Amino acid sequence: MAEFLICALLLAVLAYGLYRGVNIYEAFTEGAAQGLKQALSLIPYLLAIMVPIHLWQVSGLTESLTKLLSPFLEPLGLPGEVLPLILLRPLSGSASLGVLTDIFYQLGPDSAAGLLGSIYQGGTDTTFFVISLYYGVVKVSDGRYTLKACLAADGAVAVAGLLFLRLFFS
Amino acid sequence: MLGKIWFALMAAGFGWSLLQGEKGAFLQAAVSAGEASLSYGLKLAGILGFWLGIMEVAKRAGLVDRLAALSRPLIRWLFPSVPADDPAASYILLNLTANLLGMGNAATPFGLKAMEELSRLNGGSRRASAAMCTFLALNAAGLTLLPTTVLGLRLAFGSAAPASFLPAMVLTGLTGTIVALLIDRRCRKRGDRRG
Repeated sequence: MAEFLICALLLAVLAYGLYRGVNIYEAFTEGAAQGLKQALSLIPYLLAIMVPIHLWQVSGLTESLTKLLSPFLEPLGLPGEVLPLILLRPLSGSASLGVLTDIFYQLGPDSAAGLLGSIYQGGTDTTFFVISLYYGVVKVSDGRYTLKACLAADGAVAVAGLLFLRLFFS
Repeated sequence: MLGKIWFALMAAGFGWSLLQGEKGAFLQAAVSAGEASLSYGLKLAGILGFWLGIMEVAKRAGLVDRLAALSRPLIRWLFPSVPADDPAASYILLNLTANLLGMGNAATPFGLKAMEELSRLNGGSRRASAAMCTFLALNAAGLTLLPTTVLGLRLAFGSAAPASFLPAMVLTGLTGTIVALLIDRRCRKRGDRRG
């Protein structure tokens, strides 16, 4: 459904361009050239954020933090398996998706951990990635209170996810 | 700000791998991160190129300006410092719409374009403008109505009710977005320098 809407929208834009007498082929290639240049300039920023994420995983720090914190979190109704996902979600969308896949594989998508993981994966975005990417591209080094607002949102999502899981599934 | 966070993340990972006696962990991470960032960057290049190509057509046909005119009230309320007929307003709206529809890949190019326009309004300063802070808060909260990837994954693993988590997820995301906007407003009024 979503795919159909996107395709329809794309065709509509191109058709409207033709109708308005725009040279759509030339416009497309010029826009695309900009996009390619932009993506290449982003690779260094991607690399900067991926190295520590991979290092945390390879060294077992992510796993150890999970083990350390899970006794405090289980009484709150938070399955320990979901903790790496909460920790990784603000850092890397693909890393936390990897954790979610693992939870689905081990416990199933309809388990409490599977449902909560789905809520967290879909209910928030990759805070640090978004900040480094978007500020990186315009070379902003002083983000002021951005991080505070973003991390507050992540904390609120962690709590709200648990509450709404209970509300809808207990 | 970013420099300190980045150092803390690197130092924690490096320190831990040394404690664990895994001296090779750093190099291993550097290799796999290099691979991942390059392959993601190339994937992004194709998608960015395609979307910005379409966007250029839309811009020349006058669609972007029209969208900005329609969204004027919302943008004026969220971003009082952005002139309502500025291209920044249209890109912000396109980015937020794409995020809501779960088109994460489509949202990124619009977001980057919005940041460029906001930077122009900010005189290219290295210090973030209030509008940038609000925009990033909204993006980091990342409200989605249609999380295409998670839905697909749940289907692939044979969930009995793949979409059952959606109401709880949307309410959770809404909570995050409201908190992000509240903190952003409060800090903007107090004129905070750092978080």
